[in-house]
Amino acid sequence: MTLTKKLTAPGWYRAILGTALMFCLGTGIVLAVRTAYGWDPLWDWNAIITVGALVAAPFGYLIGIGCFDYWFYWAAGNPTRPEDHSGHGATSWKDYFRVNTDHKVIGIQYIVTTFFFFVCGGLMAMVMRAELAQPGTQFVNPNTFNGLFSVHASLMIFLFIIPVFAGIANYVLPLMIGAPDMAFPRLNALSFWMLPIAGVMMLTSFFAEGGAFATGWTAYAPLSTETPMGQQFFTLGVQFAGASSIATALNFLVTIITMRAPGMTFWRMPLLVWANFTTSLLVVIATPFVAGSQFFVLLDRSLGTHFFDPSAGGDVLMYQHVFWFYSHPAVYIMMLPGFGIISEVISTNARKPVFGYRMMAFSLVAIVILGFTVWAHHMFVSGMFPWLRVPMMITTMMIAVPTGIKIFSWLATLWRGVIHLRTPMLFALGFITMFTLGGISGIMLAVVPFDIHVSDTYFIVAHIHYVLFGGSVFTIFAGIYHWFPKMTGRMYDETLGKLHFWLSFVFFNATFGPMHLVGIDGMPRRVADYADKYATWNAIISISAFLFGASFLVFLYNMVTSWRHGPKAPANPWRAHSIEWQVSSPPPIFNFDEIPTVVGGPYEYGTPGAVHAVFKEKAPAAAGAPAGGGGAPPPAE
Amino acid sequence: MNERERDSGNEPVAPAEDPQSDPRIQGERHPLGKMILIGVVASVIGVIAVLQIDWFPVQASTGAHEIDTLYDVLLIASVPIFVLVMSVVIYSVVKFRAKPGDMRDGAPIHGNTRLEVIWVTIPFLMVTALAIYGWVVLDDLEAKQPNEMVVKVTGRQFSWSFAYPGERVRSTTLVLPKDRPVEFRINTRDVLHDFWVPEFRLKSDAVPGLTTKIRVTPNRLGKYEVVCAELCGLGHSTMRQDVRVVEPALFDTWVRHQRATAQESAG
Repeated sequence: MTLTKKLTAPGWYRAILGTALMFCLGTGIVLAVRTAYGWDPLWDWNAIITVGALVAAPFGYLIGIGCFDYWFYWAAGNPTRPEDHSGHGATSWKDYFRVNTDHKVIGIQYIVTTFFFFVCGGLMAMVMRAELAQPGTQFVNPNTFNGLFSVHASLMIFLFIIPVFAGIANYVLPLMIGAPDMAFPRLNALSFWMLPIAGVMMLTSFFAEGGAFATGWTAYAPLSTETPMGQQFFTLGVQFAGASSIATALNFLVTIITMRAPGMTFWRMPLLVWANFTTSLLVVIATPFVAGSQFFVLLDRSLGTHFFDPSAGGDVLMYQHVFWFYSHPAVYIMMLPGFGIISEVISTNARKPVFGYRMMAFSLVAIVILGFTVWAHHMFVSGMFPWLRVPMMITTMMIAVPTGIKIFSWLATLWRGVIHLRTPMLFALGFITMFTLGGISGIMLAVVPFDIHVSDTYFIVAHIHYVLFGGSVFTIFAGIYHWFPKMTGRMYDETLGKLHFWLSFVFFNATFGPMHLVGIDGMPRRVADYADKYATWNAIISISAFLFGASFLVFLYNMVTSWRHGPKAPANPWRAHSIEWQVSSPPPIFNFDEIPTVVGGPYEYGTPGAVHAVFKEKAPAAAGAPAGGGGAPPPAE
Repeated sequence: MNERERDSGNEPVAPAEDPQSDPRIQGERHPLGKMILIGVVASVIGVIAVLQIDWFPVQASTGAHEIDTLYDVLLIASVPIFVLVMSVVIYSVVKFRAKPGDMRDGAPIHGNTRLEVIWVTIPFLMVTALAIYGWVVLDDLEAKQPNEMVVKVTGRQFSWSFAYPGERVRSTTLVLPKDRPVEFRINTRDVLHDFWVPEFRLKSDAVPGLTTKIRVTPNRLGKYEVVCAELCGLGHSTMRQDVRVVEPALFDTWVRHQRATAQESAG
């Protein structure tokens, strides 16, 4: 291929060119404006980096890599290239580095990318634990330390937990509902390719003048409006992660509403589909608020507005209200898809229908609604109007009711099952117990007087890691192991999987359990240094944290070697009923040669002869039988 | 079984409901009773264990006792829930674990309305009771006290300063008389800070543009620390200063001494 052709065809060459061109364009705009106003110095690197590198260049990269080609042709009235599906599927590893509209390829792209950022965030946690192993300053200065925990949290939230669920659902969900792909494949690709932008911004903020953003992932104003340049990398990085998240959520909503296979009514959807449906509602409604809060910060920083400057009539608490109006629902965005995974894993491995299926779905909806009414429980000590604390305490505690329904229903699903303790099941059971602990400390935190004492302490750090690691990340591991055979066509190593579970389960508790103690005892969070009386516990926590970090290597080794050399997976190694297991592993390029017809619920274990879906070629036999026939409501479409 | 029946999530399948039909728990006359017994014993042991832990720093204010009691109540309510979850998980794994090569399915139980009503109602009542209790404690902690001394607290990156308008004194260490109710009026010169004395249990953000208030009655002599609990920048972790709770007579001496030094430096 000639260089010209390389630079005009979608791909990495054009992406580099596009990035460079757009950076120059952004720089040009800055210089032109500064010249026009006669501002000195002309070359203001803060402005150039903001406009050129953080706003303009990412669009150059997206255009260059080819996310917009089809839409541009179409918008310009040029003949669009007819979809020949040549972009579907991946034949070599290189195909994962191209814009691809196949939901299965995008799913893998999401999962691998997000695990890369998970490793980055995890390594930062290791550095923090090294620094905190003893009082005083050993390895990093306070500024770097503040940067480390800020970037750690931002990566884990915006680049790992939220998008890895989108990745798993991207792969599994269309197969589960019997759809050939997502509703908007090109939008799906764009969602994925926006994600690395956010991650790269957050990582490169360490090289910005003044260091990485160091205001926590919460970026409270007015600290965030006064800190050095690194903050812009967060403020703008979040926009790309948020836009990616919103686009994916819209895609899931439309896919779930319009593309279910014939016969799949809402009450026949697997609970993972329900979970992603409710999560997507949360994302679409809530995410614009975090975008807004960060735009306010950006405008205060770059354009001299006064949203958070009380001396000019600004309101500092407004930031926290807007921020938490997203960021509390965000914890459910990070949890509901995991609930869905657990329902699949437990019912498959206990060989039983999910207990109280409809209540499981209703409780997801209840959490969505209640989730929007509790945000100010993050602000009990913020100085907001005092009366709001009591209603927020009550609504927060009420969320325990639907969450309790889910926990108890999973327990009841275990009862009189035939339990196969495979790795995903171990993670699911580990999740139930650890998430219960996280939920219990959540109830404690909802009680205002106790929260006043422990808010902003290590008790909070313990709580969020119990719900986000013992909760979300355990469900992610469960999901990755559960669908690994489907995604890769190979089996993972069960022994290594179990080893991974037990190591992470034990050291997770050894790391985060003691944090409850030091928190109540008075150790604030987000500190590079602490009073000597906490030294013993912190040393123990650090040692456990290193072993906990090392347990991840077992997972990584298992995944890499099993993907390359693992034994070939059968279509349905777990004998599950849902549709994704009725096609080969990995599935055919277009998922189904025949669109399946859904004839029953997804978890009919224990009912002889019950099936969830049938394929057309088998249909004549099934149609005669009562299972396939008269009782089935007409297709939802 | 026809389609409609299988689709309706909550109808239990009658014959499988009888536990006697499951050989794995057939020998046990009361599998649930046994589990409840184990659960009660484990809960009692658990509650005793968690109450033995010395969680909090010393109690140096009248409110501290109430908050610590509230926490004990929360622990007592929480332990049985955790034990319940653990016992069901462990019992199920032990009793219902598949033997190698076991290809059977579990019992086709789709739900049980009575059970579901129970586990909606009990948690609902529990959290309602705890919320009311929490509200009562909160009101108690924040009730206005007679003879309050006002202390103005000002945060800045990265130190605290204190002013006693009634006593016409300023200071960089916080000195408080024992048993005298104090109303802290908290403010900041720059970014958010958070005024917290762990031994008093109460904290409040210092917010630009606002004055926040908390009420504390110190009731234990000693030296403690004011800790900044809201990330405020580079020096956040070092923003700790001394608090001394002293006998009222000693406090009066300290006030006079402060005034004298202030006049000296002014004159």
